[in-house]
Amino acid sequence: MASLLSRFCRKLALPGSAHGSRMTSTTACGSETVKSLNLYSAINQALHIALETDPRSYVFGEDVGFGGVFRCTTGLAERFGKNRVFNTPLCEQGIVGFGIGLAAMGNRAVVEIQVADYIYPAFDQIVNEAAKFRYRSGNQFNCGGLTIRAPYGAVGHGGHYHSQSPEAFFCHVPGIKVVIPRSPREAKGLLLSSIRDPNPVVFFEPKWLYRQAVEEVPEHDYMIPLSQAEIIREGSDITLVGWGAQLTVMEQACLDAEKEGISCELIDLKTLLPWDKETVEASVKKTGRLLISHEAPITGGFGAEISATILERCFLKLEAPVSRVCGLDTPFPLVFEPFYMPTKNKASSSSSLSSPSKTHIF
Amino acid sequence: MALSRLSSRSNIISRPLSAAFRRSISTDTTPITIETSLPFTAHLCDPPSRSVESSTQELLSFFRTMALMRRMEIAADSLYKAKLIRGFCHLYDGQEAVAIGMEAAITKKDAIITAYRDHCIFLGRGGSLYEVFAELMGRQDGCSRGKGGSMHFYKKDSSFYGGHGIVGAQVPLGCGIAFAQKYSKEEAVTFAMYGDGAANQGQLFEALNISALWDLPSILVCENNHYGMGTAEWRAAKSPSYYKRGDYVPGLKVDGMDAFAVKQACKFAKEHALKNGPIILEMDTYRYHGHSMSDPGSTYRTRDEISGVRQERDPIERIKKLVLSHDLATEKELKDMEKEIRKEVDDAIAKAKDCPMPEPSELFTNVYVKGFGTESFGADRKEVKAALP
Repeated sequence: MASLLSRFCRKLALPGSAHGSRMTSTTACGSETVKSLNLYSAINQALHIALETDPRSYVFGEDVGFGGVFRCTTGLAERFGKNRVFNTPLCEQGIVGFGIGLAAMGNRAVVEIQVADYIYPAFDQIVNEAAKFRYRSGNQFNCGGLTIRAPYGAVGHGGHYHSQSPEAFFCHVPGIKVVIPRSPREAKGLLLSSIRDPNPVVFFEPKWLYRQAVEEVPEHDYMIPLSQAEIIREGSDITLVGWGAQLTVMEQACLDAEKEGISCELIDLKTLLPWDKETVEASVKKTGRLLISHEAPITGGFGAEISATILERCFLKLEAPVSRVCGLDTPFPLVFEPFYMPTKNKASSSSSLSSPSKTHIF
Repeated sequence: MALSRLSSRSNIISRPLSAAFRRSISTDTTPITIETSLPFTAHLCDPPSRSVESSTQELLSFFRTMALMRRMEIAADSLYKAKLIRGFCHLYDGQEAVAIGMEAAITKKDAIITAYRDHCIFLGRGGSLYEVFAELMGRQDGCSRGKGGSMHFYKKDSSFYGGHGIVGAQVPLGCGIAFAQKYSKEEAVTFAMYGDGAANQGQLFEALNISALWDLPSILVCENNHYGMGTAEWRAAKSPSYYKRGDYVPGLKVDGMDAFAVKQACKFAKEHALKNGPIILEMDTYRYHGHSMSDPGSTYRTRDEISGVRQERDPIERIKKLVLSHDLATEKELKDMEKEIRKEVDDAIAKAKDCPMPEPSELFTNVYVKGFGTESFGADRKEVKAALP
């Protein structure tokens, strides 16, 4: 495998419509109309469709009435009324608990947590109540209609409490699902699947992409299946696995690697819990190398789970240790954000191309 | 929203000198008594008297410090728009009377802990303008060494426990500090401040219950500026009488735009807390800016409302009127003071702009006491290398 890649010190440029050019295979039919939308508009469309198709679905959270701080709930209150789309006071634990109760009565509760960093007061409700409801009642009750949406991830200037990626905490809880879309088209399909899935789902939306990512999104009602990873770029030399906004970064790294003659296979996990082990396993068995990348701190991040599982399944086929290019083990910093983030340069330089004996703290 | 007029009764004080003489500014400590503009409303306790003991020096220092705070916040506004301050910036202008009045009633041994609107409280606790601007711009001489930013100002030697991002989380912390103060018999109290939005958090009630159960000297101060971000208080709270929310805990409602009312209330609260345990103070105040710099502040309230409060209830105007009516300074002297303050703020900003950013290795310091003991690289693996502490 080739030498180290050359490095650019350019700032990462987020692609405008790069996603549209990817060879995806989502379930949009060719004859349906598509519209160019950004992420918050796609999510908005999904919510409109969800509320339209099920009269017993509700959207609530802090400030959702006027459209939400990220505009994801625009127009919902006007269209469906204040009885179905309403604001709550500032109490995350209360909001999620309320949502669980509503879902337990057979409704679809779409809860918005304003920013994923604020989800922790609700952590007890999610872990102890939502995840275990069906199990402990012997399937008499369930809160499958619950979907919790939260914007997560770095945004460039978010600081400690507007940039966190808490997906790893929730991946550790059997009983809930964790879904993270990478683009507007994915987000709409995945959100509709999550809302209609008969299990409680925590849906993290990459807030950096709310306005940055623009894509052709079909206007009709479509769903993208959960727990199915997607190979968004085929290759033969190394497998890269990621989710959410980080895929944009990894794609840049793939492009750089192609120039060096390294063929990269990029996989979007989409659903983190339960995750599609088969697809990743098949890919690693083909390429022999794996690099996982996420914004959350490296220790205990979800990359560790993927690494351990792949090691179990593909040990004899691996040609190099599994590499993780992640955020650093510090609180999400304010001025130091460019150093903290797993940039494409870190990905390019730290993949299994380097000597496996060095310790990397990416 | 109560429109309060400066009572003409405030002129009923001792006027030892006739108007012909001019006192020298700020060195005179002649006592004055000032009437608060509104009476206090009490819950489960007897409200304190409306006559506040003060002195000419204090009155002038109120004016000066509040004008300084106001100027600092306006300057921060411009710096944010010039992109020198990144991240979030929550401004306190309009609410200065709360910070000032509280400081006048307490010592540096009493602890204050608040949420993210903390620039002026930090200044009141003895912080310098330079530290404020350096921290806002993320420089290494900032009070949190540039690692906290606008929302995380701290000052250990004045018992200021900071600036917290998650609303409501600081209140149980404050009650813990109060416990430590009681345990060490320090005769000090803790002021745990929060807003009307945070008042609906569950942890507040947990903190209240514990404080009341164990008779902790904690004073919960609700800075009610009537809007939690963009949500008006009546849309978020069944009972917007935040001073009564303590149920079994006594409370006092205070006109938060009147620095002397705040001073009286805090003095009263401190005496109460040291003897009888927790008390809630609700400061009826108002912020002119939006919730933060990304909020214009006019989509959920009318411009008439904002300018109405500015005309009728502005805390600095009130103090100015008092200063003028007590003949402590002329209009011109006050204007000169404001010019001086402006220059002071500009100098601090210039100095802060020259301060360097923190070293990249600072990214890894203070995560733990003893850190990781390994090496780490910056974004490009060549230029920046740090040996972790």
